[in-house]
Amino acid sequence: MKKVRNNKLAIAVFIMPAAILFFMIIILPIVMSSYYSFLDWNGITDGEFIGFANYVELFTGDSIGFGQSAGNAFLFAGLSVFIQLPLALLLALILGRGIKGERFFVSVFFIPVLLSTTVIGQLWLKIYNPQYGIVNTFLRAVGLESWCHTWLGEQNFALMACFIPMLWQYVGYHMLLMYAGVKSQPPDIREAAKIDGATEGQLARYVTIPMLKPVLRMCLIFAVTGSLKAFDLIYVLTRGGPSHASEVPSTLMVDMIFGRNRYGIGSSIAVFIIFLCFFFAILIRRFFRTEVD
Amino acid sequence: MARYIKGSVMYLLLLIWTGINLFPIYWMFTFSLKTNPEIFGENIIGLPREWLWENYSAALDAGNIGMYFVNSAIVTFITILLTMFFSMMASYALMRMEWKGRKLSNNIFMLGLTVPIHAAILPVFILLRDLKMTNSYQALIIPYTAFALAMAIMICQSFIENIPRELEEAACIDGCGTFGIFGRIIIPLMKPAISTVSIFTFLQAWNELMFAVIFISDSQYRTLTVGIQALSGAYTTKWGPIGAALVIATFPTLILYCFMNKKIQESLLAGAIKG
Repeated sequence: MKKVRNNKLAIAVFIMPAAILFFMIIILPIVMSSYYSFLDWNGITDGEFIGFANYVELFTGDSIGFGQSAGNAFLFAGLSVFIQLPLALLLALILGRGIKGERFFVSVFFIPVLLSTTVIGQLWLKIYNPQYGIVNTFLRAVGLESWCHTWLGEQNFALMACFIPMLWQYVGYHMLLMYAGVKSQPPDIREAAKIDGATEGQLARYVTIPMLKPVLRMCLIFAVTGSLKAFDLIYVLTRGGPSHASEVPSTLMVDMIFGRNRYGIGSSIAVFIIFLCFFFAILIRRFFRTEVD
Repeated sequence: MARYIKGSVMYLLLLIWTGINLFPIYWMFTFSLKTNPEIFGENIIGLPREWLWENYSAALDAGNIGMYFVNSAIVTFITILLTMFFSMMASYALMRMEWKGRKLSNNIFMLGLTVPIHAAILPVFILLRDLKMTNSYQALIIPYTAFALAMAIMICQSFIENIPRELEEAACIDGCGTFGIFGRIIIPLMKPAISTVSIFTFLQAWNELMFAVIFISDSQYRTLTVGIQALSGAYTTKWGPIGAALVIATFPTLILYCFMNKKIQESLLAGAIKG
């Protein structure tokens, strides 16, 4: 058996395809992106090494709108944490109590998660359409004509208009994670608390939610990192417009690299996104230590 | 009485959220079968008066959605196949074989769970361009597989963990070599992992937009997500065919979900638990 487990040839055959792919497409590109981020490079001529100048431009120059895009991403993260997660938790707690039609509701709430963000974006483009979209049609029908807006085309509304479909799509995902967490808790603890006279509210506050901590932490990580790297929906809805009102770092990155051939500064945005994702994943893990760690 | 009211409020809340979840999808299905005047005012939320299947043929023929659908299917299918094989082999080597650097390799693979695809887009684009591989199926299959690997390996490992070592030892005594054990013992016992990994990879590859937009410019290789973007640009005033395209892009997922919603939910949970 030992010979079988030490079979060098087999090990190489088994691990190589995955390792090569992983190295070429993930490890090497991270290194390359970091290197490109120090270049002034348009992708055609040779790049010129300029040190941290790209990063300085990102954080101090106004012209490319990076500050705004980072602010928008953080706003998305905040909204996700304070609106999306509580809503998901509420639904998970209600469903986790074992009510009639539980399976049906769980399945329905999960449907938007499965749809392609492109499809969802296109669908909401139609919903928001200024002339024929159902939002404005509805507002006109109930006599609130003055409330009608070009939702995705006005600076004041574009960002919020992008957030609503995001909320719509992902509440179901967090709900499912939390619901599974609630369901995996041993029922006798709830029973015991009930016998001691705990109301449903107390039960949630003192028993269910504290035991859900590892799941909540995970949802928090997903919500924050997901918001920081959001691309598809905004790309489909507004492409970051009007004049950067709904810009996020990843749309700006694609615009810089593939729209304006500014490979260097685009790469520095990529590095910034990678950094933020790792930073917040580690921070949240540290901040909410659980017994398991 | 108070309990009764509380129960009703609870159901009301659930039903409202159900409505919010389903209404846009219902609206998508109905407007894909309507004429413009109906969509734009005469009959906004009702069922279509006449089911206008022409919208579908317009999307499929003039809009090329049929071709994009086939492209998406090819890319997704091969991605699933490769991810499946590579991750099973790698997980077996990482879990059951004995070699130096095993722990380290495992940690490096797990790093892949947190790396966003943005990290790779420009270097991979340059690599593909230098290899003259943009505008091909490989241009998408290779990066999709690479980015699906971390999660797939993690899932496969949790399944391999539960296969008793004694089975391998018995097979070894019966004269099986490493490849024999892997092929005859491990793979057949990994069937549940196959569906979990496939579901995960399917959703990722079928719905991906960023790579597809950037690596593919030739309409011949466009996948559905990019195709829909192009179609929506071309048909700004005719909503019916766009609705039809959206339905075509969505229905494989929804049909799959109808038949195996429990399995799909479990798969996505499996992917999240350790991530």
